[in-house]
Amino acid sequence: MGCAAPRSASALLLLLLLLRAEQPRGAELTFELPDNAKQCFHEEVEQGVKFSLDYQVITGGHYDVDCYVEDPQGNTIYRETKKQYDSFTHRAEVKGVYQFCFSNEFSTFSHKTVYFDFQVGDEPPILPDMGNRVTALTQMESACVTIHEALKTVIDSQTHYRLREAQDRARAEDINSRVSYWSIGETIALFVVSFSQVLLLKSFFTEKRPVSRAVHS
Amino acid sequence: MAVELGVRVVRPRPGTELGVVMRTLLLLLWLATRGSALYFHIGETEKKCFIEEIPDETMVIGNYRTQLYDKQREEYQPATPGLGMFVEVKDPEDKVILARQYGSEGRFTFTSHTPGEHQICLHSNSTKFSLFAGGMLRVHLDIQVGEHANDYAEIAAKDKLSELQLRVRQLVEQVEQIQKEQNYQRWREERFRQTSESTNQRVLWWSILQTLILVAIGVWQMRHLKSFFEAKKLV
Repeated sequence: MGCAAPRSASALLLLLLLLRAEQPRGAELTFELPDNAKQCFHEEVEQGVKFSLDYQVITGGHYDVDCYVEDPQGNTIYRETKKQYDSFTHRAEVKGVYQFCFSNEFSTFSHKTVYFDFQVGDEPPILPDMGNRVTALTQMESACVTIHEALKTVIDSQTHYRLREAQDRARAEDINSRVSYWSIGETIALFVVSFSQVLLLKSFFTEKRPVSRAVHS
Repeated sequence: MAVELGVRVVRPRPGTELGVVMRTLLLLLWLATRGSALYFHIGETEKKCFIEEIPDETMVIGNYRTQLYDKQREEYQPATPGLGMFVEVKDPEDKVILARQYGSEGRFTFTSHTPGEHQICLHSNSTKFSLFAGGMLRVHLDIQVGEHANDYAEIAAKDKLSELQLRVRQLVEQVEQIQKEQNYQRWREERFRQTSESTNQRVLWWSILQTLILVAIGVWQMRHLKSFFEAKKLV
């Protein structure tokens, strides 16, 4: 290892350090929100960076949830109640920790599954030194970038369809089980009602001789 | 911005001293500004579960970092080494595929073998209630699924790929993920269709059965009452 290797190692480390300053990243999570519960997530955002929050309720109750987003100073920059899905973008004016919360406090017995996708900044390049190009991209490289962006759109649609399908499937399974319980319950109710009808009628005419004598006379 | 790793200074060769110091300093600075991912608070006995609906043969990598609230300094400090998190991963058939305890900082990986909803649960292994002192544990979590879990720097180094080749490799990985997801979609739609057809059948058979039961019970009621009244000599 000559002198060049340590120097390039330092350069790489310096590049990595510079990259950290911007910190583009994202989080995509699906979690369970029990009834009467609130779940908050926090993320540090630099000033001037655009972030977006997409969320959707997958299972539970009426498939709705309350959501609010607060900036580091505590001001509510977004608040919605009983929403099934929504998308919110905002450019951070203040550097600090932004928090977004999902609340199921209005529901007493249905726990919900909520999906959210929180993206901060732009997507980082796959190699650290790709972000600091001095020359323009070749045709091949721009074609690759175009295809990459298009595939990202495809993956996003797939996620959207997957969530929708999960929601519909949950509803269909719910209907299926309700039909089973209802049919069993109604069979039992039918038998109980018909037997008790007959017994009741018979009881009108069996005891209480004075009643039947009054009818005859 | 707490520095989380110590430094062991090794006696350098003469002439490269400055280079080593510079590199160490840069490394420390880089580690110090390490990204704080999304975080949330968790109670002492609380269990937080996350669901990942993934196709089969998909790799999932999760990184977490914990911090404990320090009352004296009134801020969150890295947790004591004794405090760990128990990570449990269940597959769609509720079979546990990963159940391990990690330290205050951990990285867990698993690959799905059946498509469906996998559940990742985290809870702290703390048994001493005084450790939390009524506060909450702050957990920084980052879960990467499928293509996002790939470390392209490592792939480039291992296979010695040029930049263009690496870009194409990323595209290939993305397309594979799309294919897997579409196969999974087909399987899901079949299950959905089966559920709907089962509901349809059940409603159909139930309505026929209900009509038959009603008619049968009506006939039985009338015959039974008729014989009852004939016995009572009222008819």
